[in-house]
Amino acid sequence: MEQKDTTLLEIHDLSVSFRMYEHGLKQTDLQVISELHLTVSRGEIVAVAGSSGSGKSLLASAILGILPENATVRGHIHYQGEELTAARQEQLRGTEIALVPQSVSFLDPLMKIGAQLDGHRRPRQTEKRKNLLRRFGLPEKTPQLYPFQLSGGMARRVLVSTALITDAQLLIADEPTPGMSLEQALEALRLFREMADEGKAVILITHDIDLAIAFADRVAVFYAGTTVETAPASDFQNGSKALRHPYTKALWNALPQNGFQPIEGFQPYAGALPNGCLFAPRCPYKTRQCMENNPPIREVRGGEVRCWQFEHPCDEREVYHGT
Amino acid sequence: MALEAKNVYFRYNKKQPWVLEDCTLHVEKGECLAIFAPSGYGKTTLAMLLSGYHKPTKGQILLENNPLPQNGICPVRLIYQHPEKAVNPCWQMRRVLEESGTLREELLDALGIEPAWLNRFAHELSGGELQRFCVARALLSGADYLICDEISTMLDVITQAQLWNVVLSEAAKRSMGVVAITHNRHLAERIATRVVDLPNMDK
Amino acid sequence: MKKHKTAPNRRTKLVIWTSIMALALIAVYILGIFIPDTAVFSSFLNAKQPPSFKHLFGTDALGRDIFLRTLKGMAVSMTVGIAASLISAVIAIIVGIAAATGSKAADAFVNWLIDLVMSVPHTILIILISFALGRGLKGLLIGIAATHWCSLARLIRGEVLQLRAQHYIAVSRRLGKSHGWILTHHLLPHLIPQFFVGLVLMLPHAILHEASISFLGFGLSPEQPAIGIILSESMRYLSAGMWWQAVLPGLVLVLMVLLVEQTGEHLQTILNPYSVQQ
Repeated sequence: MEQKDTTLLEIHDLSVSFRMYEHGLKQTDLQVISELHLTVSRGEIVAVAGSSGSGKSLLASAILGILPENATVRGHIHYQGEELTAARQEQLRGTEIALVPQSVSFLDPLMKIGAQLDGHRRPRQTEKRKNLLRRFGLPEKTPQLYPFQLSGGMARRVLVSTALITDAQLLIADEPTPGMSLEQALEALRLFREMADEGKAVILITHDIDLAIAFADRVAVFYAGTTVETAPASDFQNGSKALRHPYTKALWNALPQNGFQPIEGFQPYAGALPNGCLFAPRCPYKTRQCMENNPPIREVRGGEVRCWQFEHPCDEREVYHGT
Repeated sequence: MALEAKNVYFRYNKKQPWVLEDCTLHVEKGECLAIFAPSGYGKTTLAMLLSGYHKPTKGQILLENNPLPQNGICPVRLIYQHPEKAVNPCWQMRRVLEESGTLREELLDALGIEPAWLNRFAHELSGGELQRFCVARALLSGADYLICDEISTMLDVITQAQLWNVVLSEAAKRSMGVVAITHNRHLAERIATRVVDLPNMDK
Repeated sequence: MKKHKTAPNRRTKLVIWTSIMALALIAVYILGIFIPDTAVFSSFLNAKQPPSFKHLFGTDALGRDIFLRTLKGMAVSMTVGIAASLISAVIAIIVGIAAATGSKAADAFVNWLIDLVMSVPHTILIILISFALGRGLKGLLIGIAATHWCSLARLIRGEVLQLRAQHYIAVSRRLGKSHGWILTHHLLPHLIPQFFVGLVLMLPHAILHEASISFLGFGLSPEQPAIGIILSESMRYLSAGMWWQAVLPGLVLVLMVLLVEQTGEHLQTILNPYSVQQ
């Protein structure tokens, strides 16, 4: 879509698996992310949307290189055209790539907010900090407080501020808005947009598809540990026909403001993933090919989709309405 | 025949500000009332008050014109936002359900609970599946009112639609009163017979 | 799901190690119990012999084999230790639950009591209790049991407080379940691993205390082959150059205590849900 040189982050065939104890002493590898593709360009907000517990947060950890020890990562992550190695991850973490963590427990309970805002270094221009705190409606004395003195919503806003105060080129926001009031959430999203407009990029990880559609430029739909479709957010406004993957269409149809019609079945568990296409067991259009091989990623109408059926004019058909 | 909140005030202790001020609402049997509010408006507190988990600091919660029973089985059931916290992690799901009453095949079928899940533990099920168990547990001992506190917030929209279809049809069958607390206006409008805005309610 | 066949993983190794250590402990214990009293006979012909193949640890002033006496002594010390720890752990469970579920006054009282017991050196407290109860097995047991429950009780109290805040306990209450029902069905099963780990970690302290109190002469009577008695007797002959009567039983005591301690720590790692994936 955009020219190559604006690409900031490129993820190819990323798989993450965990070595787990099953029962007793048996160990198995649990694949949580499989063959994930995602490109993020400068100047855009990309939302990664999927249900909670489906491994979205692990994507953030994989990019930052902060996965736990029993995790194995395969595939490639390129940042500014160069392979993102463990050493480079460590170097860029917190400076070039910033994270808004999901949980308030990421704040160090024994350190004052001020020190945490500045990232453990000598205080930088306080003008920026003051400005940020003001925009978030945080009291001016916030930097002098300890985390336990903050309310849940304040802590959330502090978390977002810690990431925004850096000069990071890439911001990964993992469920940043729950716990904030509507105005605060909007302010956070507005700040993300400003960042994007400055030529930086934001990955917004969320389970809230409405939020994703409303604030992102592109939405990557996350299903069973992979992105099945990456579509411009506007496609979601134009209805299920503008969308590509059967799962995305099913999502659209299940939205309360649309059909509220669910398809049957459940997302497969990590560890019990089907062979072939991950959506095949629930897909109304599945063929033998879908059951046997996982489809490659394909560019279709300005978006990316992972579906065998796509050559056939599936978008002309009505999407199956389950009971 | 109604569940009512009459001028309810709530705060955790005297030093803290009111979480909920002068809240009045009622829900009839057989209707689904959606309470719409963005985060930070004391939604969860209201849910806890309506189902008797907290006592109001001032005001009353009335069930059929009587105060909520403090002991014994409470006919108002709360379903939490996080089902994984509402289930004992050491118990098989069968035992979780049996805590509430004898299993009824037809109810499990209606909720789409597969028999194999009964032998699993909470960590072996997904959020959507667990939430069905929480609904089943609430229904098994014969509740009259169901308070649903953001029960589908953590689920994907397909599971959300599945869950709500099940809840609403079961509630209709038993002519139960449902209070759905949500921050999603579209969802509120889709499922409810009546929508109340929490921020405006006390004005 | 891919399965890997590799060398035994960390958890397997840990379990194997713990089993070996537990087996060694049980072996010493059983040996000590089954050695008949007649095996430890006095014989002035054999008195004061240094370690040899015939008498691994040498013999004492009365010509008794010190190795056999040490084994018997360990068994006695472990019996006392296990019994005292068991009583202590049960006290801890009851007190911990009472503090966490009872009134605020009860909680404050229990906390005060824990602070009180912990602030007095255990050895002195055990000596006092044992002395007051006429020494011997009974005094020693009660003395050790009465002093070792504090830290486990505090742990259990915290655990119960945390459990009581869980949603599923609140749900259970609204489903009309009684406090007793919730206690036995929801709370106690969660506390069983804590109980056992606490018990095993308490054991080395109890054994050491038994040995030291007997050594000081406030515990078991001198006729019993307790390890403390052996060590205490050895003091009389130390200046005569009979080092083996003190050093070798002492080493065995240290070794056994370390073994129990390690077993307890491993058990904790195995049973603790948070370290499951390490």
